Amino acid sequence: MEIVLTFLRMTGAYFLLLKKALTRPQKMKIFWENYFRELDDIGLKTVGLISFISFFIGGVVVIQTALNLDNPLIDPSLIGFAAKQSVVLEFSPTLSSVILAGIVGSYIASTIGTMRISEQIDALDVMGINSANYLILPKILAAVTFYPFLIIVSMFLGVLGGWVAGLVTGLVSTPDYIQGIRMGFDPFHFTYSMIKTVIFAFLIATIPSFFGYYVKGGSLEVGRAATKAVIWTSVMIVLWNYILTQLLLS
Amino acid sequence: MIEVKNLRKSFNGHEVLKGISAVFEKGKTNMIIGQSGSGKTVFLKSILGLITPDSGEISFDGRIWSQLSPKEQAQIRKEIGVVFQGNALFDSYNIEENISFPLRMFTNKTEKEIIERVNEVLEQVALPGINKKYPAEISGGQQKRVAIARAIVMYPKYLFADEPNSGLDPKTAIRIDDLLHDLTVQYDTTTLINTHDMNSIMEIGEKIILLKDGVKAWEGTKDDIFFSDNPDLNDFIFSSELFRKVKEVIRKVGGL
Repeated sequence: MEIVLTFLRMTGAYFLLLKKALTRPQKMKIFWENYFRELDDIGLKTVGLISFISFFIGGVVVIQTALNLDNPLIDPSLIGFAAKQSVVLEFSPTLSSVILAGIVGSYIASTIGTMRISEQIDALDVMGINSANYLILPKILAAVTFYPFLIIVSMFLGVLGGWVAGLVTGLVSTPDYIQGIRMGFDPFHFTYSMIKTVIFAFLIATIPSFFGYYVKGGSLEVGRAATKAVIWTSVMIVLWNYILTQLLLS
Repeated sequence: MIEVKNLRKSFNGHEVLKGISAVFEKGKTNMIIGQSGSGKTVFLKSILGLITPDSGEISFDGRIWSQLSPKEQAQIRKEIGVVFQGNALFDSYNIEENISFPLRMFTNKTEKEIIERVNEVLEQVALPGINKKYPAEISGGQQKRVAIARAIVMYPKYLFADEPNSGLDPKTAIRIDDLLHDLTVQYDTTTLINTHDMNSIMEIGEKIILLKDGVKAWEGTKDDIFFSDNPDLNDFIFSSELFRKVKEVIRKVGGL
């Protein structure tokens, strides 16, 4: 019962924080400066890792699919098809978002949490600045505008990584792979991935902000908040992935 | 002038402030003293609006906080400068960005005017030329002075400082005290300083309020301290042998 009450309290506090954060910025010039700073911190700095992981996961998907479809009756182009579907529908939007929840979520929760315990948020509040709006809104906007591009890059690199792996291992020929990735292309799958990405981006920016904003105590609590933020963001991404898939694809 | 009437605040059934009333005068360094846990910080944060009191009234030059619209409250906030115990400087901003922050947020000054004002306050706190350094690159005493510079950059009517000397060596602490006093006179601010530092009290305490267990236990000036027989005051101020001896001498000679 206590767990349920705590969850309800946290959910209520989360939405109240969102209400406070999702208001018009007090000074647009400063908001845009913060937005571009966040684009760098939570966007551009993640490109390297996401690109690296996407490329190699694409490769692994192709190798594993090829090894599991080792039957002369199965069309080898299906390997490319399976790789494309895995990358576009699930790996890039969902798994990359879970990875981003780890990288960016801990960063957001710990920076906002440190600002809380070192009274920097109090300093903003005392000046008459809406601290939630000032700190969180640029992160939300940076995430929801940048991550769709990041996920498109991830999709491209995943498919590219699959092709390279197929080529290097000799498991799939280039014509078969290209035929596979062109097979059964449904533009709505891409739309579905983008819808998921935007929602996940919102979760990645807001859930860690919530845990950081309400930290009480010292550095230990900031660390715990960062861990909780990553766990809850990942859980919510997985849950929303299920809900959105059910709503949009079934 | 800041007037507080019957301020009460409880946390989880524990009453931290038990109906405190006080008047803090303009152009004076008003000090709130007391042991750790006496309610000083809760009292200061309640006045600052960071904690919502359970009951009581706070007025800034006759403007009763609880009766003001959000817009009027925002206006008062712009008239407040605060020096936090841990300085609360923004780590990711350099000194110039930290100090100019309220100017950029609330004024339409040009970049040239902003930099001029930043340099002016940095001169006032005796830290010229450190504009481009980051908080982590300067000492604790310098950080404190930068925090003071940020607090005064908007020409505040009300200046608050929470334990401004904590963690500082005695010489630096005296410099900070003198600076706060000088700025109080220069800007004619109503200054409230939370402290349990005896040197600060004796150096700049023009009006002193002692809190004990959430109630106002004593009120007076630094001169009154030596001639008061209030047991709570004596217990707090003259707990050390040195200060007891100082008190005896001052009583003998009839004053500071």
